[in-house]
Order: sequence, then C-alpha cells, then structure tokens
Amino acid sequence: MILAVASGKGGTGKTTVSVNLARIFGSPVQLLDCDVEEPNSHLFIKGKPDNREIASIKVPEVDESRCDACGECGRLCQYHAIALLGPAPLVFPELCHGCGGCEKVCPRGAIREIDRRIGIVETMEADGITLIQGRLDVGVAMAPPLVRAVKSRLQSGVPAILDAPPGTSCPVIATIRGSDFVALVTEPTPFGLHDLELAVDMVRELGIPFGVVINRVGAGDDRVHAFCGGNKIPVLLEIPDDRRIAEAYSRGELVVDALPEYRSLFSTLLWKIRGSRGKERRAGHVRRDN
Amino acid sequence: MKIVFTTSGETLEAPLDGRFGRASKFILYDLEKDYYEVIDNRKSLNSAQGAGIQAAEAMVRAGAGGVVTGHCGPNAFRALSAAGIAIYSCGEPTVAAALEAFRSGALKPMESSDVEGHWI
Repeated sequence: MILAVASGKGGTGKTTVSVNLARIFGSPVQLLDCDVEEPNSHLFIKGKPDNREIASIKVPEVDESRCDACGECGRLCQYHAIALLGPAPLVFPELCHGCGGCEKVCPRGAIREIDRRIGIVETMEADGITLIQGRLDVGVAMAPPLVRAVKSRLQSGVPAILDAPPGTSCPVIATIRGSDFVALVTEPTPFGLHDLELAVDMVRELGIPFGVVINRVGAGDDRVHAFCGGNKIPVLLEIPDDRRIAEAYSRGELVVDALPEYRSLFSTLLWKIRGSRGKERRAGHVRRDN
Repeated sequence: MKIVFTTSGETLEAPLDGRFGRASKFILYDLEKDYYEVIDNRKSLNSAQGAGIQAAEAMVRAGAGGVVTGHCGPNAFRALSAAGIAIYSCGEPTVAAALEAFRSGALKPMESSDVEGHWI
C-alpha cells in the first residue's frame, strides 16, 4: 500500500501525521519525504544517511556544426529553455524541465542530452523505518523531477507513506500520483477549509480514494466538519488542539513517543485507511493509474 | 533602423517601462520614417517563466535593431545579444524623452545584464 499524506494549506500537520504513522506501523515501512524544497521528516526519524545519490535532469546541448538553424526545437519548447535567436539555438538550462522533446524533433541530430544536477536523494534506516528524502539544491526551481527520483527508490511490496509538499501544484501531483490512498490534513480554520476544497478537487481529478485528517480540533470553527459531512468525505482522524503536541514537535519528538495516550488515535487512523481500502476492493473499485 | 521602447501605453507620451520581458507593450519606432507601431507583449507578460527570452524572440520577428528599457536580466541579455540586438538602459520617464535621449546619442549599449532575473 502506498499512502500519501497531503494538504492544500501548509503547516497543517502532514509531517506530524506521516512520521507518527510510520512509527506505529508495526512492520517495516518506507517513509518518503517528497517535500524536497524543505524536507523535515529526518528531524523526527533519526538515523545517519547511509546512501546519498545525486539526482539530475537531462538538458539539451547543441552541436552547432550539425545545426542548420531550422528552429524546430525552440518552437516545441513551452518553457523557452531553448530558443533560436541567432545562427544556433541558445539553451537556458535552469528553465529546462528535461522532457527531451527538443532532441526528438531535431531533424539533424544536433541535440544531445547532458546531466544537470538538481539535488540529492538520501536514504537512512531507523527502527524498521526506511526514510528516503530528496533535497533540492538551493536556486533550483524544479521539484517534480526530484520527487520522481525519490519515488523511484520505492521498494515494491513494502508499504510506504509519502509526505507530500503543501499546495495543489506540480510537486504535489508528482507525489500523490500512483498512490493507493490520500490522507488530506487540514485545520478547522477558514484558510484550512479553503485549501482543503482545492485539495479535494485535486484528488478527485486524479481518481484516488481519500479521507480527511483534522488537526488542532478545538481551535477555529466547525466549517471543515460541515464541509466533510455535506460532501460525504470521511473524517479519518481528529487531533485535538493540545499545546503539548506542539511542544513535542518543536523538540523533534514523535507525539506517539512523548504522549503515549495519542498512540491509539494514530493506530485508529491506520486501521481506518486499511479498512476503507478493503471496502473498495470488495466493491470492485477500479482505480485510474496514471 | 527600428528601435523598441518598453512601455505600458500606446503613444510616445506613455511612460517608459523599466522592465523588458514583463513590459505590457512595445513601441517599435522606425527612425528613418518617423513612424511607430505598438506590439502587444501580453503573451510574455503572462508566461510563468522565460518572459525575457520570449520577448527577445518577438524583437527578432519585429526586426528591431535595439531595445531601450530600464533594466535587463541575464537571460534577456543573452537572448538579445545572440540576436545582435543592442540594449540601452534609460532612466527617462516617457517614451518620447527616451527617444530624444537615444537620438542625441546619450544612450550607450549595455555590456552586461544589470539586474537578476525576476527582479521586480
């Protein structure tokens, strides 16, 4: 099973949910920190990186002796990463998304692809948890290829929890695509509700089963509960607005370790997610795989 | 020679826009015929990235020999230079004043970009 933990709004508790679920999982589990612009799961799952690999994307290099300045490459590129302005195309590597299209359309074979480093992928082991995380290099604005590089390390057959970046844009899509279930973490505030609605639209578009986790219940209002009830969205877990949770988090401690009374909450979440997947299988639910 | 002025308006009295790739319009001025036309830059203005490069491609299509603007980022500078289009940095408030400055020879071609990309 691949479980993605996502949210519209940032700071709602994706990492809290991800790392605590991993801890109480009860069997070997993979935890993937796909928030490659600011990975922080490693602050809670402490282990030394035992493997560190450089992640790259392919960017074009033009052999000017073969180029006849037809301009096909520049016309194809929607990102203006290659443009014909003089006798031969100019390449702007930092704008390139690495699709390889320019190489394919070049009628003279004048374009070859070279590696451009975008970040690193680190793997570490700690108490039955395999943490795989991406770190995007400073100055690079190209998260999805690194998210895919992190996910390419997934070992099949071992359950995985994917800690997604916030929002509903490309890095999030790259993370949750192909997962079996998405837990959307939100908070009971107008901001939390607004961004939850966007996130619900996103997972529905992708056709992935999902449920909601409401964090800091007791703060804010009841509009998130009303929205979920009105739209028949299962609320899988409610985490109370408890200052001790924030204090444990700020010390880099897991809630289930620092406050054992919360263990059953996270166990219930795991049980509900497994249960809702069982129901789909029985109902012959067909999931669209992208 | 045709010279482009970055602007937000459609006349010579309009303000000179300090940005190149994300200026809303260009005034393409024909120095021999004393005649100008307005080029819409909305497509580059609204693009997520590469606005300066896209605008430079429009300069090539328009047959511009030079661009008078406020500042120029590294990608736009590389693109315009590759196309053999000179870039002039100008602090005048209007297109008319910038045209006057250009004609008097007060503007010198830039030798490098003077701001980072996405500077404003």
